[in-house]
Amino acid sequence: MSDVAPPHASTSIQFDVMKFVTRYSTLLALLALVLFNVIFTNHFVSIQTLNVNLTQVATIVIVGVGMTLVIATGGIDLSVGSLMAISGAIAPLIFLGTAVHIGEIHVAVAVGMIVAVLAAGAFGWFNGWLITRFHIQPIIATLVLFIAGRGIAQVSTNGNLQPFKLGEFQWIGLGRWFGVPVQVVIMIALVALAAWILKRSLFGRQILAIGGNERAARLAGVPVAKVKRWVYCISGLCSGIAGLVVIAINSSSDANLVGLGMELDAIAAVAVGGTLLSGGRATVTGTLIGALIIQLVRYTLLANGVPDDVAKLVKAALIIIAVWLQRHGKA
Amino acid sequence: MVSEASPYNTPLLSMQNINKAFAGIAALSSASLEVAAGEVHALIGQNGAGKSTMIKILTGYVSRDSGEINFDGAAFEARSPQDAQAKGISTIYQEINLVPFRSITENICLGRESRRYGFLNWNAMHDEARSLMGRFNINIDVRKPLYEFNTATQQMVAIARAIGFKAKLVIMDEPTSSLDEREVNVLFDVIRQLKQSGISVIFVSHKLDELYQVCDRVTIMRDGRTVKIADLKSISKIELVASMLGRDVAQVAKSATAFGNRKGKIGETVLEAKNLSAGHMVQDVSFSVKSGEIVGFAGLLGAGRTETARLVFGADAMRSGTMELDGQSLAPRHPIDAIDRGIGFSSEDRKLEGIIPDMSVAENLTLALMPQITKAGIVDEEKQRVIVEKFIARLGVKCSGPEQRIRELSGGNQQKVLLARWLAMNPKLVILDEPTRGIDVGAKAEIQSLIKELAEQGLGVLMISSELEEVIEGSDRVFVLREGKNVAEFVGKDINEAAVMAAMAHGSESETKLGNAS
Amino acid sequence: MKKTSLIATISSQGVLIALALLILFGWLRYENFLGLFNISTVLRYNSMFALVALGMCFVIMAGGIDLSVGSTAALGSVVSALVSDQGMLVGSLVGIAAGLCVGILNGFVIVKLRILPFIATLATMLAANGTALLLAHDQTVSVSYDGTFVNLGQGDIFNIPIPAIIAVAAYVIGSIVLNFTSTGRSVLAIGGNEDASRMMGLPVDRVKFMVYVLSGGLSGLAGVILASQFGAGQPIEGVGWELFAIASVVVGGTLLTGGVGSVGATLAGVLLLGLIFNVLNFENGLGWISLSAYWQSVIRGLFLLFVVILQSRLAIRKNPA
Repeated sequence: MSDVAPPHASTSIQFDVMKFVTRYSTLLALLALVLFNVIFTNHFVSIQTLNVNLTQVATIVIVGVGMTLVIATGGIDLSVGSLMAISGAIAPLIFLGTAVHIGEIHVAVAVGMIVAVLAAGAFGWFNGWLITRFHIQPIIATLVLFIAGRGIAQVSTNGNLQPFKLGEFQWIGLGRWFGVPVQVVIMIALVALAAWILKRSLFGRQILAIGGNERAARLAGVPVAKVKRWVYCISGLCSGIAGLVVIAINSSSDANLVGLGMELDAIAAVAVGGTLLSGGRATVTGTLIGALIIQLVRYTLLANGVPDDVAKLVKAALIIIAVWLQRHGKA
Repeated sequence: MVSEASPYNTPLLSMQNINKAFAGIAALSSASLEVAAGEVHALIGQNGAGKSTMIKILTGYVSRDSGEINFDGAAFEARSPQDAQAKGISTIYQEINLVPFRSITENICLGRESRRYGFLNWNAMHDEARSLMGRFNINIDVRKPLYEFNTATQQMVAIARAIGFKAKLVIMDEPTSSLDEREVNVLFDVIRQLKQSGISVIFVSHKLDELYQVCDRVTIMRDGRTVKIADLKSISKIELVASMLGRDVAQVAKSATAFGNRKGKIGETVLEAKNLSAGHMVQDVSFSVKSGEIVGFAGLLGAGRTETARLVFGADAMRSGTMELDGQSLAPRHPIDAIDRGIGFSSEDRKLEGIIPDMSVAENLTLALMPQITKAGIVDEEKQRVIVEKFIARLGVKCSGPEQRIRELSGGNQQKVLLARWLAMNPKLVILDEPTRGIDVGAKAEIQSLIKELAEQGLGVLMISSELEEVIEGSDRVFVLREGKNVAEFVGKDINEAAVMAAMAHGSESETKLGNAS
Repeated sequence: MKKTSLIATISSQGVLIALALLILFGWLRYENFLGLFNISTVLRYNSMFALVALGMCFVIMAGGIDLSVGSTAALGSVVSALVSDQGMLVGSLVGIAAGLCVGILNGFVIVKLRILPFIATLATMLAANGTALLLAHDQTVSVSYDGTFVNLGQGDIFNIPIPAIIAVAAYVIGSIVLNFTSTGRSVLAIGGNEDASRMMGLPVDRVKFMVYVLSGGLSGLAGVILASQFGAGQPIEGVGWELFAIASVVVGGTLLTGGVGSVGATLAGVLLLGLIFNVLNFENGLGWISLSAYWQSVIRGLFLLFVVILQSRLAIRKNPA
């Protein structure tokens, strides 16, 4: 499950059960949940169920990928939900012809999507700039866009709902690719890409080095400020993509609602997934598993007649337990 | 243990036969310390000599394994620093332990506020703060936040707080390290006043001149033992240094390091630095390093050696001065600039500034080299594997494999990996700050002979070490730094302990020849 | 040093100056800006935020953060609405008690389990939200109009809205606690340097625990006012309150790293951010321009940006390293 820490040769020859359990605790938890459902939940084993659950987590995981990278550097990004709203507001403005008129619909959709995602990325870069230029704590620096970002989205659409019915665009949220929802394909692609970046690329190494020991990284020639700006930019880009998925599903863009509360869902997925919140150790597949666990817990409870509100309590407990285990596993 | 008859019959504090081991390694072995009432007592020693462990035991930070402590006529045991403070022992730390954004009054009075009808009585507290500061002839607005005042005043506040808590013994840990000369004088006035009011002071400092100005007696520690207790009036500076380093001034020590005989040719100048200055610690330092040469920086703690090295590497900003690398101007603004020019830097603090603990040996080793073994941003795993295996073999790094996490390695092996981090870059110059600190004897010898080998292959090495023998036996040339200035330079055969120690203690060589300057 | 003081002054007094200028602007430009109705509306509505921000102010001064305030307020509104037929006193006490419970949970997780405040309060935010929805059966809970409960939010005393009186009273008490008790000074000392505070022998853990409990209680109270003002317990209200509160505290010059802060300036911060919305309404009423209400978030964000950059310069000067 780990895509960062390579399997390390155990110093002791004995098979350490505790070590194994802590190491793969998230995966084991997920498997246990699946097993539980297979036995106790009716109609669990079906493509339908799989698709429902995957679709539910797709946007959270897409945002979570960027969030994982940000947290890997020892930071946090609260602005993701607002950046989703911005991207979700900009794209329809372009492809519906409200802001600019582009005749050919495919071109309009393409331009709209690209501009929307890039705009979110640019705002993300701004977050990174604030953090590195002024040495502002990430939680505060990204709070600025958390507040202003949604405002920007609302202002640009005047707060109006932008409804649409446009197959050329909505494939991103409603389409299927070989029977798999497109957003799930995007999610898997992004997870794979980010996992690969963390493990194989220079950039990934630099991210983990900064999160692991920023002073040492600087002394080893890692361009700390540059890397951080890119990481926040990537988080913005991911949010931008997630924003498009959400409005495509809803067949409308509502700047007041798109991405609301997403920062918390994404952080929760990252935390439950086993990424160290203080930075330096990160697992993108863990984030995927974390999101799936949270989703499956909810699904399990709902499918067995427990109200959704209780699921929230369980989710809260999950977060605390995951972080507490992390603290103790490290010591 | 050396003990001398002293006129200080009534000790306020007496620590006897103190033993302490950390993870089986002795930090203190029957160490002792005695301070009389109203005495200013100096405590000196090298890094790792045990003085900070001694103070930590006294102030309740760590517990002792065995030994006796008496304070103020009774057996003494502090459970925590707060407890020690409540019992009359206050410590003024190097990093001043106050709250910068709060007012002087709060910093002095927090924890024992005056109240009226349950509410804080600010007037009474301000008056008290004012009168405590007034004892040092300092008249300032005690309502202002602490950070608006200079370091010296902040230190006075810390002392005032200690007195306010009715301290009988005040421990000052390198109190002058960030003060200028005028501020130091103010501090010394305060210390003399404390003495007059019967308050004892333990004064930890590496600036030997200061000891003579303000202290009565000195306790010298080395390797966890108390090696000398002396009246400062009757001991010369050179004797102090000799005791600290454990050398007999007259005796020429046998070779104790693994540097051995040097072969190889010393070439052209690689680095030429002139009149560097930055902050308090580096005032005016000039030196040079040639290819194939090991240049040693000698000096006491706080002489500005590390700070100078960091300037060369672009880790800190320089105020003034010029540097040339291979004849071309060098003005690095970030470490990456220096790395691009072929300089490596291994920091004295391995944990804080060296290793990335959660990363593997391979990843730590190739961290600086990384940009060179990537193609289009992708790490060339094969190239990395070859390099990592080569260096693990060449330096004899003991690990279960390149994928083992570096934090699981011993100190010596971590240090080898960090050395390899720079060697893999094929640099022109490496700066090694305390390359053998905190590692065991075997690994130490390996690293020393490795350094020698590197120089023989034409690398320029700038080595900072607090171990005199390492500098003396390892270096082709030694620069002695003292209080931010380079005060002496020794080449080849002229490098000997007596001369280097004299320069560390007094400054220039001429002074040495005049005998004890004190 | 001079320059540092100047920046410090701007960041502590700036909010008052900005508030005064905004009021002056409104008074000169709009006819009824300082009319009784407008003042009363603004005060009534913003008292809830003021209470939440007060708790947040203490938490931040102690070097922490509390993300759970919004859903705690929602929880408070639901439980007080459920018992609103018992009258104002019972309603208030039950609402506050619910808030205190969340605060105690926060304090326990942060102080005892040593989990980062950010994560701990994130989790309790979810928990409070879930509990509120559970108790309310996923819908708003109507308040009983039979008893005295609605007076709390809707009534006036001498033409002054009761919520405003409560908020002012809370701020006065808060200010006294901060300035004239050793606990208050300990809050600032702990936020300024936790290690040093431990060394000074201050009861660090106890004080940290207390600020989260305080924040929870005040959020619960805000929830009570929410319920009685709008006649319903609202389980899904409170989203984004925590960030509004943080922004008010920061705009008021309290350092987010802890150790410096002012209760009064926080109140000014709340009013400033609240009045921006009010002024926008008036401006649109004039008909010259039509700035949608949504500009308020953008303007709030810009304010926050400005203050944070100013503060960062102060912090850099303090710690040149």
